[in-house]
Amino acid sequence: MSTILLTIDDRKVHGESGETILSVARQHGIPIPTLCQLQGASTFGGCRLCLVEVEGIAHPVSACNTPIKAGQRVTTQSPALRADRQMVLELLFAERNHYCAVCVQNGDCELQSAAAQAGMDHVRCPYLSPSLPVDASHAQYVLDHNRCILCMRCVRVCAEVEGAHTWQMAGRGIEARLVADNGVPWGESTTCTSCGKCVHLCPTGALYRKGASVAEMQKKRGFLLRILEGRELGRTGEEPTDDFLVPTVEIRS
Amino acid sequence: MSTLQPENPSIERRIALQRVGRIDPESIDDYLAEEGFVALRQLLQSANPDSVIEAVTTAGVRGHGGAGFPTGRKWYFVAKADAPVKYVVCNADESEPGTLKDRLIMEGDPFSLIEAMIIAGFTVGATTGFIYLRGEYNLARHRLENAIRQAEAAGFLGRDILGSGIDFSLHLHSGAGAYICGEETALISSLEGYRGEPRSKPPYPTQSGLWGRPTLVNNVETLVRIPPILRHGAAWYRASGTAGSPGTQIVTLLGDVNWRGVVEVPFGISTRRLIDDVGQGVKGGALKLVQSGGSSGGIIPPEWLDLPLDFDSGRAGVVLGSGALLVCNAHRCVVDLTTVVMAFFRAESCGKCVPCRVGTVELHTLLQRLTEGRGTLRDLSLLETMGAMVKRTSFCGLGITAPNVLLDGLRHFRDEYIAHARDHRCPAAVCAMQDSAWGELPHLATVG
Ligand SMILES: Cc1cc2nc3c(=O)[nH]c(=O)nc-3n(C[C@H](O)[C@H](O)[C@H](O)COP(=O)(O)O)c2cc1C
Ligand code: SF4
Ligand code: SF4
Repeated sequence: MSTILLTIDDRKVHGESGETILSVARQHGIPIPTLCQLQGASTFGGCRLCLVEVEGIAHPVSACNTPIKAGQRVTTQSPALRADRQMVLELLFAERNHYCAVCVQNGDCELQSAAAQAGMDHVRCPYLSPSLPVDASHAQYVLDHNRCILCMRCVRVCAEVEGAHTWQMAGRGIEARLVADNGVPWGESTTCTSCGKCVHLCPTGALYRKGASVAEMQKKRGFLLRILEGRELGRTGEEPTDDFLVPTVEIRS
Repeated sequence: MSTLQPENPSIERRIALQRVGRIDPESIDDYLAEEGFVALRQLLQSANPDSVIEAVTTAGVRGHGGAGFPTGRKWYFVAKADAPVKYVVCNADESEPGTLKDRLIMEGDPFSLIEAMIIAGFTVGATTGFIYLRGEYNLARHRLENAIRQAEAAGFLGRDILGSGIDFSLHLHSGAGAYICGEETALISSLEGYRGEPRSKPPYPTQSGLWGRPTLVNNVETLVRIPPILRHGAAWYRASGTAGSPGTQIVTLLGDVNWRGVVEVPFGISTRRLIDDVGQGVKGGALKLVQSGGSSGGIIPPEWLDLPLDFDSGRAGVVLGSGALLVCNAHRCVVDLTTVVMAFFRAESCGKCVPCRVGTVELHTLLQRLTEGRGTLRDLSLLETMGAMVKRTSFCGLGITAPNVLLDGLRHFRDEYIAHARDHRCPAAVCAMQDSAWGELPHLATVG
């Protein structure tokens, strides 16, 4: 490990070798929009919202999986980046059926807020309007494919943190679909522990608690890092701080 | 598709194809009689793997899988990587439309690939190799399986090869028909048993590839060039080609030419010579364009026919890529061609990233509107903006190259796109335009 100096948006910043542009930017309070990124899970790199410009590279790069380099000059905001991020969001809204006004997640949705922040106020390309099913076979939760943006957060957290490996991606390209246990209704999954991690970390209203009505779903997002922190304490045998003992996690069912 | 004809030395030089069509590909004795395993034997005797890297670097071999990365550098990276286990992987997924070179090598001279992989393993310090073969290549699979068996029986594969103390085992893996699995990190995911999706680079496979180990991934055509270079020397290899792209390149010539097939020519040859001297001229009309490098390549307009074809010609706009050249005469429609190409990418996108997964579908939808006479000039400008955006922002080479033919088409044949979009007319009379009344509907809908 060695300290690396670089410049982000004309600010001199530093990070450790092996860190990504995104993580160093966040540590210095420089915001970069993301959707698929999930702190506490592995990097995916699919949403392309965290694109930034690096001097000397002709095309933008994704900040979440690009390591920092000494002397790198990074730009996180420019008219070109704004245009690219807007079009990424337009493509997401055109891909499936996102009707915020009738969505459980309205007002607490990361896709919605990313669009608002990027200033994406209309969609220029044809809506694909696919006919997609809603899987309400699980006793507590619902999967609505119409709102899934294929960010793989649920897949990663289920495999990497819960260890259940319930979720997978099936099919290719525009036909890609989230499947439980390689293709059974969620309620028939024999691996799902009903822990609810995927539900609360899903950025949109694709995964939600049964019974929630329009705009009623509030997601708990902070628990993942606390779980991982707790595991780390268990591993090292250190005493938890008072801060850690304050209960902030509460998963409603 | 014509089979190989006798070599025409005024234009051809066969290095990768030297034995194809001349030996029985199912007989190791035939291979041995044609200098087979000579390079391997010499190398094992000299026991000097560094000499291979030096020869490959001096010869200036570059990757024939599409990207043209210097092969000597790649071998050096894997050789110097400090790890107890390393792998050698041959990328034989050849799925670029109109590209048949690797198939011809594997069907016609499978032992040469095996010899090259053993040499690669010895050079970089790997004792296990994999050939990731395109799922549809049944004859190649049969020939390779047979060749691996015979090489094992003759002591060229397995433990203590020819008494040298060196081990190398080779495994054949058939893909399941996804174009994306030709991308090296997706290939590695697939080989590990995961979904065939690309991974972030860095780390590059040379540092952390198959099962996290340093891995050498090379194309079939790249690999089979190594044994002849070791036998005859780098200077012999550099006797043809250009300074930046020495040696030869296999070209698959297709489309509206009088002779279609596979030919190995020195780098730097012009498209015109390939069409006139190898293809025996354009068939069925005047030349309109050449689509080079497969669907991910680009368009060569008639004005550029005399530019040399090599790895660096990309700077001038001529993409060599996989070596495929699709010749189109004046009766072909460039919008139709673009639509067919985009349909391919729409079907082959892995779905990992948003610009490629959704962008290729949107681009294809907009192009289809043009070919059906339902397009607008607004669609055309969106095609251009979105095409550039998908190219700029996609995660891997598939999405980055998917808009190439569209963007080249708009650059060289803009009037033809405008005729489709504004006048609902196909100048080449290929697209079945619908009644114009229907063509106006999307107009009305978008105007509100
Ligand atoms: C979408 C995509 C498809 C590819 N398909 C192939 C292929 O079929 N065969 C191949 O050798 N390389 C293919 N490549 C290139 C490989 O990623 C890699 O660069 C190559 O195998 C390296 O070998 P080389 O250095 O010998 O060229 C593909 C790349 C992309 C982005
Ligand atoms: S269900 Fe939610 S978390 Fe899972 S892939 Fe879809 S949008 Fe992402
Ligand atoms: S560009 Fe993206 S969606 Fe397309 S093949 Fe590559 S990773 Fe998959």
